[in-house]
Amino acid sequence: MTATTTADRQAPPHDGGGRADSGQARPKRPRLPGRLRRISLPYLLLLPALLLELLVHLVPMVIGIVMSFKELTQFFIRDWGTAPWSGLDNYRVSIDFDAPIGQALLHSFFVTCAFTVLSVGLCWLIGTVAAVYMQENFKGRGLLRAVFLTPYALPVYAAVITWAFMFQRDNGLVNHVLGDQLGLTDGQTFWLIGDNSFVALLTVSVWKGWPFAFLIIMAGLQNIPRELYEAAAIDGAGIWQQIRRITLPSLRPVNQVLVLVLFLWTFNDFNTPYVLFGKSAPEAADLISIHIYQSSFVTWNFGTGSAMSVLLLLFLLLVTAVYLVLTSRGRKPADG
Amino acid sequence: MASTVQAAKAADHRSPTAPPPSFVWSRRIFLTLLTVFVLVPVYVMVSSSLKPLQDVSGAFHWLPSGLTIRPYIDIWSTVPLARYFVNSLIVAGVATVCSVAVAVFAAYAVSRYRFRGKRVFTVTVLSTQMFPGILFLLPLFLIYVNIGNATGIALFGSRGGLILTYLTFSLPFSIWMLIGYFDSVPQSLDEAALVDGCGPLGALFRIIVPAAIPGIVAVAVYAFMTAWGEVLFASVMTNDTTRTLAVGLQGYATQNDVYWNQVMAASLVVSVPVVAGFLLLQRYLVAGLTAGAVK
Repeated sequence: MTATTTADRQAPPHDGGGRADSGQARPKRPRLPGRLRRISLPYLLLLPALLLELLVHLVPMVIGIVMSFKELTQFFIRDWGTAPWSGLDNYRVSIDFDAPIGQALLHSFFVTCAFTVLSVGLCWLIGTVAAVYMQENFKGRGLLRAVFLTPYALPVYAAVITWAFMFQRDNGLVNHVLGDQLGLTDGQTFWLIGDNSFVALLTVSVWKGWPFAFLIIMAGLQNIPRELYEAAAIDGAGIWQQIRRITLPSLRPVNQVLVLVLFLWTFNDFNTPYVLFGKSAPEAADLISIHIYQSSFVTWNFGTGSAMSVLLLLFLLLVTAVYLVLTSRGRKPADG
Repeated sequence: MASTVQAAKAADHRSPTAPPPSFVWSRRIFLTLLTVFVLVPVYVMVSSSLKPLQDVSGAFHWLPSGLTIRPYIDIWSTVPLARYFVNSLIVAGVATVCSVAVAVFAAYAVSRYRFRGKRVFTVTVLSTQMFPGILFLLPLFLIYVNIGNATGIALFGSRGGLILTYLTFSLPFSIWMLIGYFDSVPQSLDEAALVDGCGPLGALFRIIVPAAIPGIVAVAVYAFMTAWGEVLFASVMTNDTTRTLAVGLQGYATQNDVYWNQVMAASLVVSVPVVAGFLLLQRYLVAGLTAGAVK
């Protein structure tokens, strides 16, 4: 959370001394000693959120880490505590890049990296350009914004199934347009198996992902004080210069969070490949989440699957830490 | 809230001078291409859902050879779509209501109180967003199975388990956004209510919640969309009777003959509620993001 405020929205400091006044109003209520009530109340308010996060995220994560040190095959699912410890065996198998399992994981990792970089880059670029072009009002802007947000609003599976239809070899739109109408291909391309599946996955991912970048950047643009543009216009700066000197630098704090969130979502994306390819993704589009899912639920070897997930989490933590250090460096505290 | 809208309006008229032709033309070209890219799948979905089966089985054509509403009748019998629909409605609906309620309390605490562990709480909750779903899918699966074995409460395979899971998915983002929204409600308002003898919850529900309705609506839309569209956990944690649309829709695609016109009709039918809701309420989402998340 940074301290950027809208020009006309000066939020009062919410931790301020105002609390003391309200505290004085409360002793009228005799149920609990005022002080104890005041201290415990925020925790009571947080309790439901905390319990849920513990149950669904934090405890499972700890268990997942424990599981990664166990030999957890289908025989122990019912009572996983009794599965024998296996030390670092699961990790050894996962990163033994000379053996098939490790090799496949490494391949999947590289595919995911390439996919993520391309998808995040394109989503961010399209989202930024669209938002900047639509910053100023013009006829039909509201309608266009609604159109652009449609891919984001559509349920993933409905949208991706439509793309799967479009990518069909014999009755799909893509081959019809590329082959029959534009003559670029012979119209017999397989898009959902083989190497082309990477392109197909990337296309769907960008189509589905860029409106989120657009939405966030649009919101970010509204926080740029209008006076900056007026001053620049008076100084004779044209619109392109205004975009380069004011708009893009002002978006930096928004971009820092946006790119990170896009990166994490895309890297972990399961839904898109799962709906597009079904349970077995082609090798060229074997994203890491699908890969781990398959190695866990197809072979019912949860131990190795957990070890792979922990490695994935460590990688994401590392990237996030490095990213935050790099992007925060050299920024004034005022906008950080 | 009103101030946010003013800010939005102010940003509409950025420069007092008209933009140069280079800007207008590049904008026109870019936005046209983007519109085509965005709308082609939507067109395919709508037009294919009205095509007879031979149209979608043979080579693709932009225009249907004839229009039929047959697919919209058949979708309900090819797979038990109505049951999936009801399941999705229950799961997403209950998850949304619970998620918003929990997020309102948590955001109120963070926005209005100073307490130990506040920073730890916000950072922890937000960082759960970065966990790969796959990491806690397997343990959660085991936890639910084991809770079921030990207590008889069926979480695995039940709607309850899915509701519990989904409501935590939207929670971090909802709390984050509502904190920003609550911060923008002047604190003097709820202080006045407290002085007038309202309890802290009275101040929350009589003053802050009504003032932050757009933010709450935005959060609810987000929570509903999250639950309505999730695939991974739905594919593992449901059985035949509790299956949601996310998994059920693939029933058309795994048949030997894929009825693509029915697939498209079903996709459209399950999309309409969320897309309509989202487009109606998207301005709240943008306003909410402006006030809250993007800071």
